[in-house]
Amino acid sequence: MAQITLKNLAHSYVANPSGDKDYALKELNHVWQDGGAYALLGASGCGKTTLLNIISGLLRPSHGQVLFGDRDVTQAETAERNIAQVFQFPVVYDTMTVRDNLAFPLRNRGMEASYIKARVDQIAAMIGVEAMLDRKARGLTADAKQKISLGRGMVREDVNAILFDEPLTVIDPLMKWELRTQLKQLHREFRHTMIYVTHDQTEALTFADKVVVMHEGRVVQMGTPEELFETPAHTFVGYFIGSPGMNLLNAEVRGTKAIVNGAEVALGADYGMVSGRTQIGIRPDYAVLNAGSGLPFSVTRVEDVGRHRIVRGQAAGQPMNVILPEGTPVSAEMTHVTLTPDRINVYADDWRVQGGTA
Amino acid sequence: MDKTLNNKAWFLVLPVLVVVAFSAVIPLMTVVNYSVNDTFGNNDFFWAGLEWFEEAVTSDRIHAALGRQILFSAIILAIEVPLGIYIALNMPKQGFWSSLCLVLMALPLLIPFNVVGTIWQIFGRVDIGLLGHTLAALGLDYNYVRDPFAAWATIIVMDVWHWTSLVALLCYAGLQSIPNAFYQAARIDQASRWKVFRYIELPKMQGVLLIAVLLRFMDSFMIYTEPFVVTGGGPGNSTTFLSIDLVKQAVGQFDLGPAAAFSIMYFLVILLVSWVFYTVMTNLDKAEGQ
Repeated sequence: MAQITLKNLAHSYVANPSGDKDYALKELNHVWQDGGAYALLGASGCGKTTLLNIISGLLRPSHGQVLFGDRDVTQAETAERNIAQVFQFPVVYDTMTVRDNLAFPLRNRGMEASYIKARVDQIAAMIGVEAMLDRKARGLTADAKQKISLGRGMVREDVNAILFDEPLTVIDPLMKWELRTQLKQLHREFRHTMIYVTHDQTEALTFADKVVVMHEGRVVQMGTPEELFETPAHTFVGYFIGSPGMNLLNAEVRGTKAIVNGAEVALGADYGMVSGRTQIGIRPDYAVLNAGSGLPFSVTRVEDVGRHRIVRGQAAGQPMNVILPEGTPVSAEMTHVTLTPDRINVYADDWRVQGGTA
Repeated sequence: MDKTLNNKAWFLVLPVLVVVAFSAVIPLMTVVNYSVNDTFGNNDFFWAGLEWFEEAVTSDRIHAALGRQILFSAIILAIEVPLGIYIALNMPKQGFWSSLCLVLMALPLLIPFNVVGTIWQIFGRVDIGLLGHTLAALGLDYNYVRDPFAAWATIIVMDVWHWTSLVALLCYAGLQSIPNAFYQAARIDQASRWKVFRYIELPKMQGVLLIAVLLRFMDSFMIYTEPFVVTGGGPGNSTTFLSIDLVKQAVGQFDLGPAAAFSIMYFLVILLVSWVFYTVMTNLDKAEGQ
C-alpha cells in the first residue's frame, strides 16, 4: 500500500492538443493518502474515468507523472502497479464457476491453493454469494455478476488501491445501499485506499471521507462532505451538491454588503472589492421567507418532497429556491426572503472568494 | 373463444405446397423411384427392392471415396478453424486497415467455384503455372497430375485459400462484440494472453465458431467443382470424393439406380450431421439461459 501522487498530470486523447478544450483531463496535482476512502464526483464526461484509468495504468497520461509512494509508475504496466478495479458493467468470466472467478486474480499471481480457498470463502461470505460458488457464472443476473466483479476487485489483500468506476449503476436501489454499506465496512476493516467514481452525490457523500469534485476535466474541489456543502469552492460544486443546488444571484459586492438589483444583502465577512462576474451563493436551507425584510420574493411554485417543501420563485428578479422546514405553512404574506449572512459565499468568475474578517 | 372452422383457408397454403412440391418433393421422389428400380431406357422400370442400397453399402469403391471424403473434411477443418481464429485475433480492430482487411478477406469468397478451380489448375501447372513452375525450379518434385500427395496438397491449399476467410470473418464479428472492459479487467487480474483467449475470447466466439464449423463441414463434405476442375478426381482415384464418384456413376456410366440409392444415403448422412450440430447448438443456448 502506498500514497498515490499525481504530479502535473494531464491527458489529451488528441495527438497534438492545441487548446484547453482538447484536454480530457486538465493539469492537476493531487495526493491520495494511503488508506483513504475517496469519491470522485462529477457529471458524465467530466474526465473521471480517464483519471481512474490513468491511475490503474490502463491509459498512459500524455503529460505528468503518477507516483506510488516515491516510485514513478507512469510507464509501468497495470500488473506491476498491483491495483484492483471494478467497472461500470459487470465483467465475469462466463465459462468459469463463481469460485474460479473469485480465485482468478489470486491464481494468476501464483498464490497457494489453501490460501486461495480460505480467501475466496471469506470474500464470498462478505458479498453474499456462498450459495452459488460452484455454479457457472454464465446466466447469472446482472446484480449477481456485479457482486462477483466487486468480489474479484477485493479478493487481493496486498493491492495498492481499489478503484471503482460507477460500480453500482446496474444494481437495484435496495441492493445498492447494502453493497455500499459493505464497501464501507470493508474499508474500515482492511484500510485499502479506495477511489470511488460516481455521478450520484448520495453515493459519494455516504461512501467517502473525502470527496473530489470534477468539472470539465478539472478538479474543482476536494473536501469533506460538510465542506462541499457549506463552502463550495466553485459554483459547479454548489449546483451539483445538494438538492436543490445552491442559489446563485448576480450581485455587486462592496465590502460587507452585496447589492442584488438595488436591494442590499448583509454578508458575513469583508470581501473588499471583487472584480469579474460576481455572484453570491446561498443554500436553499439558509434562506428564510418572511413578511417584510430582506429581498423581495415572489412564489411561482411549491413542491412537496416529503420531509420538507421546496418553494421555487424569484428573489429580486432572479430565480431562487427556498426550503421550508416541516410544519411551516406557506402563506400569501411571504413576500420577502432573508439570507443568513455567514452562510453566504461570494463567487467571482465561478470561483469562491475568501472573505476577510468583517 | 371458439375457433371458426373454415377449411377453405387451406387453399391459402396451396401456392407454397405447389412450389415446394415442384422444387423439392417431386425431384426427390423421382430419385427414390430410381433407387428401388432397375431401368434400361424407354422408361421401362423393373422392381429391384433394396438391391442398390445393399450394393452401395458394401461397395469398396464407395467406402474408399467416403474415407477420402472424411479425411478431406477433417484436414480442412483442422487447418481452417485454427487459422481463421488466428487471423481474426490479429486483424486490426478499427480504422482504414480494418476495412481493407475485411475487403481482402472477402474477395476469395466472391469467386465462383469453377473459377477458383481453374485458377489453381493453372497456378499449379509445372509447365506454365507460377506455383508449379517455381516449385519445380526449386528442385521439388511437384506434379499434381502424377503424384497423389501433390494433388491432395493442391486441393487442400486451394480450399484453405478459398474458405478460411469465412471462418476468420465470422470469428472477427464475434470478437468485435466483446466490450473493452473485459480486456481491461483481464489486465487488472493479470491474466496471461492465453487466459484472455481461453476465458474471454473463445467463449464469446463459441456461437459463431459452431456455425463456421457446420458450414465448413457441410460444404467440404459436398465439395465437387473445385477438385473436379483441378484433378478430375485423379491421379487414379486418389482425389475422387463422394460427389465426384456419384457424378461419374450417374452421368458417366448412367447407372441411375445405384447412383440414386447412393445419393439418398449421401443426403441422409449430411442431414444427420446437420441435425447433430443443430441439437448441440440449441442445447448450448439452453445451458446459457440457466
